[in-house]
Amino acid sequence: MSVAPPHPPKLETKNLRVSYGSLAALEPVSLAVRQHEVFSLIGPSGCGKSTFLRALNRMNDVIPQSRQEGQVLLDGQPTASLDVVDLRRRVGMVFQKSNPFPKTVFENVAYGLRIGGIREKSVLAEKVEKSLRQAALWGEVKDRLGHSALSLSHGQQQRLCIARALAVEPEVVLMDEPASALDPIATAKIEELLHSLKAQYTIVIVTHNMQQAARVSDRTAFFYLGALVEVGPTEQIFTNPVEKRTEDYVTGKFG
Amino acid sequence: MKAHRVNQISAGLTGLAALLIVAGLVVVVIDAVLGGWGALSWRFFTEEPGDDVSEGGVFPAIYGTVVLTLLMTVAVMPLGVATAIYLHEYAPPHSRLARWARAAINNLAGVPSIVFGLFGLGFFVQLLGKAVDHVRGGGLHYAQPGLLWAALTLALLTLPIVIVTTEEALRAVPVETRMASLALGATRAQTLGRVVLPGALPGIMTGAILALSRGAGEVAPVLLTGAAYSLPTLPNALSSQFMHLGYHAYVLSTQAPDVEAARPMMYATVLVLLMLTFALNLVAIVVRSRARRGST
Repeated sequence: MSVAPPHPPKLETKNLRVSYGSLAALEPVSLAVRQHEVFSLIGPSGCGKSTFLRALNRMNDVIPQSRQEGQVLLDGQPTASLDVVDLRRRVGMVFQKSNPFPKTVFENVAYGLRIGGIREKSVLAEKVEKSLRQAALWGEVKDRLGHSALSLSHGQQQRLCIARALAVEPEVVLMDEPASALDPIATAKIEELLHSLKAQYTIVIVTHNMQQAARVSDRTAFFYLGALVEVGPTEQIFTNPVEKRTEDYVTGKFG
Repeated sequence: MKAHRVNQISAGLTGLAALLIVAGLVVVVIDAVLGGWGALSWRFFTEEPGDDVSEGGVFPAIYGTVVLTLLMTVAVMPLGVATAIYLHEYAPPHSRLARWARAAINNLAGVPSIVFGLFGLGFFVQLLGKAVDHVRGGGLHYAQPGLLWAALTLALLTLPIVIVTTEEALRAVPVETRMASLALGATRAQTLGRVVLPGALPGIMTGAILALSRGAGEVAPVLLTGAAYSLPTLPNALSSQFMHLGYHAYVLSTQAPDVEAARPMMYATVLVLLMLTFALNLVAIVVRSRARRGST
């Protein structure tokens, strides 16, 4: 008896390879991210995990001399064939360093909506509120929507960036060490957030912090020296990895 | 102890240099005020010069300088800002056009201002002006020195300032901010219009201020391209000649029938030119601080 094929993966890479000039940043990587999972990428600095992440919404295109081979598929469709603007609206991104625009709180969240051509004030207000609630920031900023985003604390600024990414209703959210510059309390807030966002979004997160990967993610991929070493359920990667290098890394023998 | 001593000396020397700059400005201003204060009067500001230039007022020169400087700003800002945007935002790395443009800008900045005057006379007045008159028909209008040509000549002179400061301002907009915009699905043009240019606006205004101050004080370029020795009527067209405070100061100091009698007038004219430059600067600084407040 044949089993009905499961849904195609939300995001899939096939022999994805990235180089900057003559420097190979990423050896061919093939892996699949399922819908509604939190997928974490771990590995020491310079291992290629951020390069991999940026390849997923073609942010590497911005870097001069970067070259990409192989394929990235979103719902089975090669992203190279998609309009890059559409792709980035479907696959949003949150950066390591919070980078709000020097605009008001409201205008930060509304930015992607305005770019997308939404002008009606009521629609904007409604969507801004919804995104700020999703990012667990509404209660803290609802009376300060007209204030500069730069007046918020670092933790709030990062959640504002998450709200800004959510406002355009992406299907996938890429996060590049979103909590690495934050204190433990702000980090805990972001991690709680990831749990609640899972129901609606697919999340790929790069993290330096292994406890964080263990706490938040369903599956984990370990990168080392520009290559994918191992991918599997998070629990297995942390308790019973197949590869020796993975074990050495997660047990802290090197880092 | 020794390091402390070196530190003190270095602070002292650099402080002295800064003090010299301030002192230089103060001496110039005091000299102009002492020499010219007595000649300042309501009439001086509001009337045209008499038959003898050492009598009457300088209103046409004030008016001419203001109109000239504003026209110059209108001409130089779009061209300078557009060039800087191309160089910093669009030119591919190692672009040949960008390299030539930068070399041209650097050389332009080193050309003596009298050469700009000669160029303006040859290119704008005699070549373009003749062509314009030919196309328009109806006699001599643009093939002679006038407001438009003088403003364009000054615009060329101040172009490097605007380009360099604008590029600096664009460079100061953080890469992270651009990335955030692109990652939200904005195109490069949208990112430029909605994030980069608003962020760079205060810096661009600084460029405008520097260009304004430089342009208002230049005499050599306008001497050959539009400024008149004495003109009782105000310029009423782009092809009109005009009086200019800087040129008027030169006329009063060397060309007046009685140079000694004209001296207070000369000082007063210089004083007015200084005040005008400060006033134009002040307006631009207020506009800039507004822009700065708006963007943060």
